[in-house]
Amino acid sequence: MSIPVPSGVQTGVAAEVLDPVAEVEATAVRGGLRRVRLGVLGWLSLVVVALAAVLAVVGPFVRPFDPDLSDLSFAYVGPYGSHLLGFDGQGRDLFSRLLVGARTTFLGAAFVAVVAVAVGSALAVTAAWFGGRVDRVVSAGLDVVFAFPGILLAVVAAAVFGAGLLSAGLALAVAYSPYVARVLRSAALRERAMAYVAALEVQGFGAWRLCLRHLLPNISGLVVAQGTILFGFAMVDLAAISFLGLGVQSPQADWGVMVSEGKTGLLQGYPMESLTAVLCIVVVVSAVSFLGDRLESAGKQAHR
Amino acid sequence: MPDTDGPVLSVSGLRKVFGTQVAVDDMTFELAPGRSLAIVGESGSGKTTVARMVVGLERPTAGTIVACGRDRSRPARNARERTLRGREVQIVFQDPYSSLDPRQSGTAAVDEVLRVHHDHDAATRRRIVGELADLVGLDQRQMDALPRALSGGQRQRVAIARALATEPKVLILDESVAALDVSIQAQVLNVLADIRDERGISYVLISHDLAVVRQLTEDVLVMQRGVVVERGRTADVLDAPQHAYTRMLRASVPGPGWKPTRTLRRPA
Repeated sequence: MSIPVPSGVQTGVAAEVLDPVAEVEATAVRGGLRRVRLGVLGWLSLVVVALAAVLAVVGPFVRPFDPDLSDLSFAYVGPYGSHLLGFDGQGRDLFSRLLVGARTTFLGAAFVAVVAVAVGSALAVTAAWFGGRVDRVVSAGLDVVFAFPGILLAVVAAAVFGAGLLSAGLALAVAYSPYVARVLRSAALRERAMAYVAALEVQGFGAWRLCLRHLLPNISGLVVAQGTILFGFAMVDLAAISFLGLGVQSPQADWGVMVSEGKTGLLQGYPMESLTAVLCIVVVVSAVSFLGDRLESAGKQAHR
Repeated sequence: MPDTDGPVLSVSGLRKVFGTQVAVDDMTFELAPGRSLAIVGESGSGKTTVARMVVGLERPTAGTIVACGRDRSRPARNARERTLRGREVQIVFQDPYSSLDPRQSGTAAVDEVLRVHHDHDAATRRRIVGELADLVGLDQRQMDALPRALSGGQRQRVAIARALATEPKVLILDESVAALDVSIQAQVLNVLADIRDERGISYVLISHDLAVVRQLTEDVLVMQRGVVVERGRTADVLDAPQHAYTRMLRASVPGPGWKPTRTLRRPA
């Protein structure tokens, strides 16, 4: 029983190269996001995220009651008639507040993700394109920003620019962008080394055209994946910032604010407000993170 | 046309140093219009570095490169100079799998080059794309397909069409057929020979395959460790190599009657 090792290794390699499914998958995702295998959990996540996104848009229009109408005689009353989840500590309809709160929560997180991805990919492509000294300066800058936790930055921003969703969102975006930049930089470096980039340089294409129309689209899978993952993080961090009272301000409905306001009820044995808001955040964030992981591993696989 | 009489490409005293490693040293050659030159040598002999310097992907440590009467030893200063250079010298790389943008069909790739270089209207561009496709032997369906649907040989044809879209005077073929099957290689070589007859373009063929060199070029340079060790007419050099290194290169080509065991059994 002696199997010659070199030939065994060779057949292994040949089988891998010739495996049509593997090749189709690898080449398919290379071009972007086509044909990412989602699986049951993936589809479920997609449905949850889509549902949440729809709520963020139409929530304020379909809410059954005025989310700000308070009637203290109903404070902490449980599910009651058409009030599906009952009332919060100020006697406001909980279900309506959740629906309306989806908007700020969702938009805030989307804003953070979009800004962080835009800044991060600009830095990544710049570093990869010019290489050398530019790359070293950008990477050193990223390391400095890495040292600041997002929440700390948001607290500072709130102190300087005043509390609110905008300053909190911007602070988080700045704090997140190095994470995007680090992942995308290595992908962009690999893409930069591809022969087609050199061929197009020789054709006389300018850096703008090459980066925006060729290099960036070819790492778009990873860009979207990074955005999705950050969206999840941003939702949690923004809720935490609102909980601290530095993000969305109190009378306005927001899942983070609701967790914060519900804590009084929690201590008095009326956990409904905090629990429902937390549940919403957990479900949406889990779904988004799962999707992001899927997209990222597909993107990384394509880049091997 | 000032560039019809003089050489289309002239390189003199070219030198490239990476750190402490001298990759290319004192390289000098001229290329007349319509003639083709081969640069041969084993891997690491510096031939690809020469190609990369000529097309401007690598900056020479010393020496000058002049194409079509214009110096290109230093990086282009502006967009106009960059595109002008793109119309003088083009290159086709070795790896057909990475030399095309995976998101772009052949038609789109050639069309984009035409848009960068000229102000043609859509109909003219379509006509030129069609002509180039005919030239490299690709049909409409293949030109409209994304690279992943094409074979290695077809991708190399797209790469050649894209390189020819700027109507360069010199085309550098950096091991461009080395990654292809022998039969596909022959087809692409025929396409290249036809293109030269039709367009009067000059080739610089970088290769370690002496059969390919013989088929496509009139002159040859033999490089070893960054230095030209032999030069002359391709037929002369390959038939009667003067330098020991050239003889060694020629002897390492497997031919009829060549058995690997014989070399192995020879006592040391």
